Amino acid sequence: MQVPQISVFLENKVGRMADVTDVLAANDINIIALSVADTSEFGILRLIVNKPELAYERLKKQGFTVMTNFVVAVEVQDVPGGLSKILRVLTGAKLNVEYMYAFVERGTGRAALIFRFDKEQEAIKVLQSAGVNILQKVDIF
Amino acid sequence: MAIWDVPNETIPRDKLRDLQDERFAAVVKRVYEKVPFYRERFKSAGLRPSDIRSVDDLEKIPFTTKDDFRSQYPFGLFAVPKRDVVRIHCSSGTTGKPTVVGYTKNDLDTWAGLVARFLTAAGVTPDDTAQIAFGYGLFTGGFGLHYGLEKIGATIVPASSGFTERQLNLMNDFGVTVIICTPSYALYLGEVAVNMGLAAQLKLRVGCFGAEPWTDRMRDSIEAKLGIIATDNYGLSEVIGPGVAGECSERNGHHLFEDHFIPEIIDPDTGERLPEGECGELVLTALTKEALPVLRYRTRDLTALHSEPCPCGRTSVRMERVHGRTDDMLIIRGVNVFPSQIETVLLEVEGTEPHYRIIVDRERGMDTLTVEVEVSAGIFRDEMKAMVALEEALLARLTNTLGMRPKLRLVEPKSITRSEGKAKRVIDMRKG
Repeated sequence: MQVPQISVFLENKVGRMADVTDVLAANDINIIALSVADTSEFGILRLIVNKPELAYERLKKQGFTVMTNFVVAVEVQDVPGGLSKILRVLTGAKLNVEYMYAFVERGTGRAALIFRFDKEQEAIKVLQSAGVNILQKVDIF
Repeated sequence: MAIWDVPNETIPRDKLRDLQDERFAAVVKRVYEKVPFYRERFKSAGLRPSDIRSVDDLEKIPFTTKDDFRSQYPFGLFAVPKRDVVRIHCSSGTTGKPTVVGYTKNDLDTWAGLVARFLTAAGVTPDDTAQIAFGYGLFTGGFGLHYGLEKIGATIVPASSGFTERQLNLMNDFGVTVIICTPSYALYLGEVAVNMGLAAQLKLRVGCFGAEPWTDRMRDSIEAKLGIIATDNYGLSEVIGPGVAGECSERNGHHLFEDHFIPEIIDPDTGERLPEGECGELVLTALTKEALPVLRYRTRDLTALHSEPCPCGRTSVRMERVHGRTDDMLIIRGVNVFPSQIETVLLEVEGTEPHYRIIVDRERGMDTLTVEVEVSAGIFRDEMKAMVALEEALLARLTNTLGMRPKLRLVEPKSITRSEGKAKRVIDMRKG
């Protein structure tokens, strides 16, 4: 139903993002999707990876402030209006999106969205009853 | 140069000593009778007021510290009934609780007279128009200078702090000749005056600066930018506020008004009195205050005293400009800030580990305070909304506690260097 996401706190400094990806590379961890939210001073890097437990553990060991939580992955039709349809369902139920980012699954070529909701269970219910496909797990192959 | 109070400021030293002896014995008797705190202190030291006959007995008396002000918060050290107190001022304390001071009508008159002394020594006359750019409020700077200037009969422009361009427009329009502010703000005023194209036409001739330490280099810079004579004065609210000491035209130390305050210099570690000329912690005893007569108050300011006669004719000892502090207090735009205040706020905000660093700097002549807080796993969230809310909560609490708005930066853990297991909490990048 939900997929694990790794978040890392980063100062807006040259090379900090590369420091994170170096740790992932050294541990043979693949990034499936990512997003960055930032202010002028700091940023939050959010990652969907193929080995979330290992990523968490290794980043923490390297001294990063890191956390894991679960987000909702939703399939979206890769056609004009695909995203709009999903957002209309959420808007109709007055559900707020905290943040979202998109990616394409490598194996299936399906377009997918990662959602972070305020009211997560409610959002999942509303999306499902509207016939939206919630991904059980993100295909990493 | 004129002297405001000729009889008292040029009193022969033997006569001064007699006056001090008499006032000292009287103040000791008074605090013993009126202030339970001092009575207890005397009792635990095995002292009776009758043991104190002259200034020679001063060293028998225990020190008073800022912590004593805190433990007696708010009015425990007052020696008069509350109805005789006509004014309250505060300065910040080490742990959030401010240091409270009170004044009777006579105290306000004494205070104004002492401020008039250093203003006159700096060259201010009734013909001057003086702009006060100190904040008017709990801080003693604004009101202290205000009543001293009024006593002299100068025209006061009570501009209070901030709004730099307006300050300069007022100076220009009203023909202001004297500026009262912190030295760092004077530097900034000078820069803005140049940018506004007003520098050449301002009528400023004297600056009376205080409330923060500064250097000769800064003095030169202020004098060059504003075309004034820049003078320093010294005081602290626990003793009276501005008006403890001030420079004369010789600018060779601050005349300390000994008919009202007895200065001592001690070794801050042992509490032993140091010989004249040696640098140590200044300890002050207020001889004439009615509401709050403090005995042997440890100022935490480092300086030295000199008693060679001054060509200006004043007979008091002179203290050197304050060289530093014995504690970790920072003075930022005239506001006292203790690192422990910041630590308290961080601890209060749930989950915050008190890994922080304070960076003090000076931008365009203005002190800046930046607090860096490490983001630990306990306070980190994946939502920007939550992080911004944390930032705002910390900033609001810090602003409230410090009485000034710092800059806040959330930083990664371990980005604050720790040396020998102990973090270096304060980085002061201000240069004279």
